[in-house]
Amino acid sequence: MELTAPDRHLIAALEGGLPLVARPYRELARGAGLDEAEVIDRLAAMVDGGLIKRLGVIVRHRELGYEANAMVVWDIADARVDDVGDRFGAFDFVTLCYRRPRRLPAWPYNLFCMIHGRQRQAVLARIDELGRVPGAAGAPREVLFSVRRFKQRGATRLGTAAAAEAAP
Amino acid sequence: MTTFEKRLLDEFQRGFPLVERPFAAIADDLGVTEAEIIETLGRLRDEGMVSRVGAVFDPGAIGASTLAAMAVPPGRLDEVTALVNGFDEVNHNYEREHRINVWFVVTAPHRARLDAVIAEIGERTGLEVLDLPMQEAYHLDLGFPLQWN
Repeated sequence: MELTAPDRHLIAALEGGLPLVARPYRELARGAGLDEAEVIDRLAAMVDGGLIKRLGVIVRHRELGYEANAMVVWDIADARVDDVGDRFGAFDFVTLCYRRPRRLPAWPYNLFCMIHGRQRQAVLARIDELGRVPGAAGAPREVLFSVRRFKQRGATRLGTAAAAEAAP
Repeated sequence: MTTFEKRLLDEFQRGFPLVERPFAAIADDLGVTEAEIIETLGRLRDEGMVSRVGAVFDPGAIGASTLAAMAVPPGRLDEVTALVNGFDEVNHNYEREHRINVWFVVTAPHRARLDAVIAEIGERTGLEVLDLPMQEAYHLDLGFPLQWN
């Protein structure tokens, strides 16, 4: 969808989170040069258009007891990776599944998925389940559990408001 | 955590109300007051259980982002992560169990800025920085129901 300059301000403002006040969209409206109703309309359009995949509470799983957070990486044949990715994504315990480039020789893996769990053994059992998917069976894989989080916050996707205006 | 708090975290990870007073709409659903919703979200945020009330954008649709990774010697972890986290463009950074142990997401308005951040981190640390941009999303972070034990 086409993004207007106010849209860009709105997105930049939203990256830090909605203000926790009774009328948060009115607060966002001030910085974006829109009024409250326009902010609500633009956000609804971004949700409908798929630019915003979800709008809501973004939790920190680790603080909620999800301490076994695994990034599982696979080396899947190029011809099969789309099929395997789709199959992995259909499991309800897979929270993210992306294809990324290999960087040989340092990094031979092209399919990434995230599994959040409370216990390491349960997460490993789920990974075994993925490992039985056709195309993934026997494929090289590694499990990278997270040890600690150094940083988690919203992105500054558009940089500062000035950078947002300069963006193509 | 109370039943009300659990429902607040479970049921509003997506579909946040787009109305003038969204917290009042949630309050109606949960049978509490608007003030309680706002106070509880603020407290859960301060306690670290909530990152924010916000949006997950279609990756690749706005600006540019990548997953970067480095093999950092254990003795240099604090120094290198402080340097990496010092960039506004870095919004997630995790230590993981692997020789390649520092994994972070870099997001910027343009690919050129991403390249500059990655190059600068490489130069200032003397370490290789793997640049692993998303090429295809098979499944996005759409939130998921929490299991409360």
